[in-house]
Order: sequence, then C-alpha cells, then structure tokens
Amino acid sequence: MKIIVCVKQVPDTNEVRINQETGTLIRDGVPSIINPDDKNAIEGALALKDIHGGHVTVLSMGPPQAKEALKEALAMGADEAVLLSDRAFAGSDTWATSTILAAAIEAIGGYDIIFCGRQAIDGDTAQVGPETAEFLNIPQVTYAKHIKAVGDRVQITRYTEYGDYVIEAKMPLLLTAIKELNEPRFPSVRGIFKAYSTDDVKVWTLDDLKIDMTQIGLKGSPTNVFRSFVPVKEKNSLIIEGQNGKEKAAALINKLTDLKLV
Amino acid sequence: MNRAKVNQGNNLADYHDVWVIAEQNEGKIHPVTIELVGEGRKLADSLAKKLAVVVPGADAEDEARKLLHYNVDKVYYIKHPLLKDFSTEGYALSISELILEKQPEVVLLGATSIGRDIAPRIAGKVGTGLTADCTKLEVDGEDHKLLQTRPAFGGNLMATIVCPKNRPQMSTVRPGVMEKAAYHQEIHGKLEIFIPSLKEEEIRTVLIEKVKSDKKKVNLIDAKVIVSGGRGLKAPEGFALVRALAEKVNGEVGSSRACVDAGWIEHLHQVGQTGTTVRPDLYIACGISGAIQHLAGMSEAKYIVAINKDPNAPIFKVCDYGIVGDINEVIPAMIEAIDKNGSFEI
Repeated sequence: MKIIVCVKQVPDTNEVRINQETGTLIRDGVPSIINPDDKNAIEGALALKDIHGGHVTVLSMGPPQAKEALKEALAMGADEAVLLSDRAFAGSDTWATSTILAAAIEAIGGYDIIFCGRQAIDGDTAQVGPETAEFLNIPQVTYAKHIKAVGDRVQITRYTEYGDYVIEAKMPLLLTAIKELNEPRFPSVRGIFKAYSTDDVKVWTLDDLKIDMTQIGLKGSPTNVFRSFVPVKEKNSLIIEGQNGKEKAAALINKLTDLKLV
Repeated sequence: MNRAKVNQGNNLADYHDVWVIAEQNEGKIHPVTIELVGEGRKLADSLAKKLAVVVPGADAEDEARKLLHYNVDKVYYIKHPLLKDFSTEGYALSISELILEKQPEVVLLGATSIGRDIAPRIAGKVGTGLTADCTKLEVDGEDHKLLQTRPAFGGNLMATIVCPKNRPQMSTVRPGVMEKAAYHQEIHGKLEIFIPSLKEEEIRTVLIEKVKSDKKKVNLIDAKVIVSGGRGLKAPEGFALVRALAEKVNGEVGSSRACVDAGWIEHLHQVGQTGTTVRPDLYIACGISGAIQHLAGMSEAKYIVAINKDPNAPIFKVCDYGIVGDINEVIPAMIEAIDKNGSFEI
C-alpha cells in the first residue's frame, strides 16, 4: 500500500502572542510543531503500513526550516520525505497550495491513499485536503475517526453532527484525520538516530513539478488578506465583593435574578 | 489534468444574487441554514440583489418550500434520487452544476462537518476562491466586494479575506454566529425544481451505515444558559459541580479545550475556536482562565459570569460579573442561593 501524507509545520498557537500595538504575531520563541491533526494522519498511515505493509511518503510545502517537521515524521517511521520549497509558492492560499500539492502527488504517483489532517491550527481552513482531492479527481472522506482497509477498498467511520457515517470507497482516495482517529506514536530511538544523522529529506522546487504558474503563489491565489486586526474583547466587568464565597454567590444570584437570567 | 481554473478574466458583472446552500439531513433543515438566510438577506439588500436558497435532496420538497417563509426570493430544490443521503461528490457535483448555470455572486454554506467537506470541492469545480469558517460578512461600500472576516491563529488574530477577481465569492460560515432569519406567514418567493445530470458512477463513495448516537445530545448552539468548566476544576470530578449548577439553571454543560484534551469530558462539550461557538443569554465560566481560543467561541454571550481563583485571569476582562473564589465553595453556594430565591424557570 502506497500512502502519501501531507503535513504542515505550524507555530504552536497555544504559545502565540500578539503585539497589541502593531497587531502582528510575535513569532520569536514560539515553537514550530507538526500540525496536530497531521500527526494523526501520519499515525493513520503508519498503522495501515504496520498491518498491510507498504510505503509512507510525507509531503510538505514551506520554507527550508519545515524540513524539521519532515524529519520528525521520518523518525516516527515514514519511509520518505519531500519538501516543496520555492519562492514561487510563497503567498499561496488554499487554492494555490492544493494546486502545488496535487502536482507533487502526481509527480510521486502510484498512490493508494492520500492522508491529510482535517485542518491546521494556524489557518483552521480544512480546505486544502478536499481541494487537493478535487484537483486529483479522487474521492475523499473527511473527519475520519476509524479506518479499515479490506482488499482494494477502505472503510471509514466519519464524524458528522448527526452521528457517525460509515463510508466505503475504492482506492485511490483522500482521507482527512481528526484527533479521535488515534494516538500518534513517539519516534523510536533508532528512528530519531536515523532521521537526524542523515539528510534524507528531498527538496523539490518549481522545476520539479508540472504546474500552471497562473494558479499558484500570491498572484495565482483567488483569495487574499484585505486586512488583519487583533480582536477587542474587553468589557466593563464588575467583580463582586464579599466576605466569603457564600456571600459573593448570593450577591451574584440576586443580580442574575434581577436580569431574569436564572 | 482537466480541472477548473481561477483568474480567467470573467466579467464580474455577469454574476448576480446571494445564495445560501441549505443543509438537510433526512428531510430536516439544519439551524445554520436559517442563520445563513438571515445574514444572506442583509447582504442581498446591501447589494440590491435577490436571495436564493439551494436545497439538494431526494424527498425534501416540503422542507424546501418552508424556507420561502423566511423572506427568501427563491428556493432552488435540486432533486435527484441519488441525493437522498449525503455524499461529497453527489452534492458537490449537483450544486456546482446549478452554480455554473445560474452564476450567483455570493454563495454561503454552513461551516459544519458537511459544509466544510463539500465547499472546497464546489469551489474547485467552479473555479473560485473560498474563505473558511467566517464569523462576519460585510459588503464593501466602494466596490461591493464581499469582506469575509474570520479568526486565525487560534483566535489571536482576525483576518478579513476578499476574492477580488473570481465569482462567486464563497464562504463557509461558523454555526451559532449569525442571527436567525424570522419566520413570516406570507411568502413572496417561488420554488424552482432543478434536475441535475448526476450519474451513479460519479459518486465513488458508498454510505454503508449511519450510526445513531445513543448518547444524550449536547445542544450548545441553542442553549440559553451554558455552565462551562475549565482547568480550574482540578479533576474530572469537578464536572459534577458544573453539571449540578447547569441542571439548576436549565443549562447545558460546556468545557474549555484543556479539559477535553485531558480527557475529562467529550469534545461535543467544547466551546471555543476548535469547538462550538455559542451565544447564550448567560454563560457561566467556572475555573476557565480565558485563553483567546476559548474567548473566540463565547464572547458573544449576552451575559458572561466568571468564577476563578486567580484575580488576574484574562476571563475577568471579558465578563460582566466576576467572582474571585474557589469553585468548590462558590458553586454550591450559588445552587443554595437559587434554591432560597425560589424556582427559576426561563
């Protein structure tokens, strides 16, 4: 079974702070991590390989330092890593990113499953997986929380707000993973040694891909950022005073009762 | 690869009307559809264009017709036996076919697990941009483009996205954020049936089973009162107190991400950027520090009450009423005070 996992290196948004004066992100000292849902996708691919055998390629697009994320994936057990890095890719929105990923997946070729995380914690769009599937003209199942491969078919349990759907499809197909799918493994000592003592991450540029330049980068992206700002959320808060918790609670309930809230 | 492309120099003036793609499950319309109709009406009015709702289904004509009561100018009912159950390809193909034929200017979908599944495939088929999970939509006063605002970086930053050169301008919109459209007895719009050219072999997935959840449904979106617990509860048992208070005030139980990550409570209860966005009349935050990602999901509540031991917790900056104190003391005292004040039905 040949599986390609698309991963993104993201800033840990739990650690992100905003410069209130300039309204810009403070990235200094913020750790870069493999996007959490993508880690579930890596684990999903490795678990399928454990059962059925095969080959797992991790694929990412980003600046040269995104190699670190791919090395971590190699340490977890992936067989091969490809980083797509070129100035021409910069400023890509989800359309352009999916165009580039689809071109790289075509270049790798011969795949059975494309695995993505449901969404990245920096952009939270959940669009790159489905758009990539659209450009590759393959079916997709998103929000996957359970996966089983039988012969040339995959059976997926997918989350919906109405309860889970069990869906079956023939390979090749694209899946997006949610947290409920699995618990990502830790890299083994041997895996870490191998991944970090060698430089096995392949770096591909624009020249390695067959791609329509009008559909990628900042210029090719149909959407762009018009403005960005820091949300303002301060209110006139009243801190209720009192001798003890009991007094404060009684005063609060009186206020809420006056407002007909309880 | 034969695929749609963007930036093909289409004439933007050829595109008209604001569309809402309805979400239905077994003939029942999802509440986010009514929220989108409310918002779509405002956008259509500021663009001086018409508002249409699109309902894909096999046996949903009655439900589709009901949507005319929400001040809608047109309902397109996409009717096909293959649309009985949801499938990514069946829905995306038939909706895209209608979009390419009628050329709407704006297309809105709910940012549900279904809407976020099909919207990128529709955008991919018709060749346009898509903005995910918007929390605010406006029309630019100058050139009438759609300003689509959404949180990014875990809610730390808001970004306004535009799609200047391609049509339709497509957004998925976060459920629970927009105000629902009002029901009117009289109708002025019409229902039009559209038969898509869908073929069985174009749907490459098979729905084997819908698993009915036997768990109690958590309905945070429609709840008038929500009592939420955070890391300050110290242990999973802390939710017993939160539940007791929620029951007392006829509310639902919410949670911060920390408690879900720690396995104290299920994800269904999570309020925030990666959970559910809520706008209840009353939100009681118990032991929640007020991380930006949590605030992104509840700051639209009419009244916010915060109880926390740490007087410097950021939640005290966004609350209406705050109590600095121990949850284990304050919550039982609140329950007691409510009992003393008599019964409180809302």
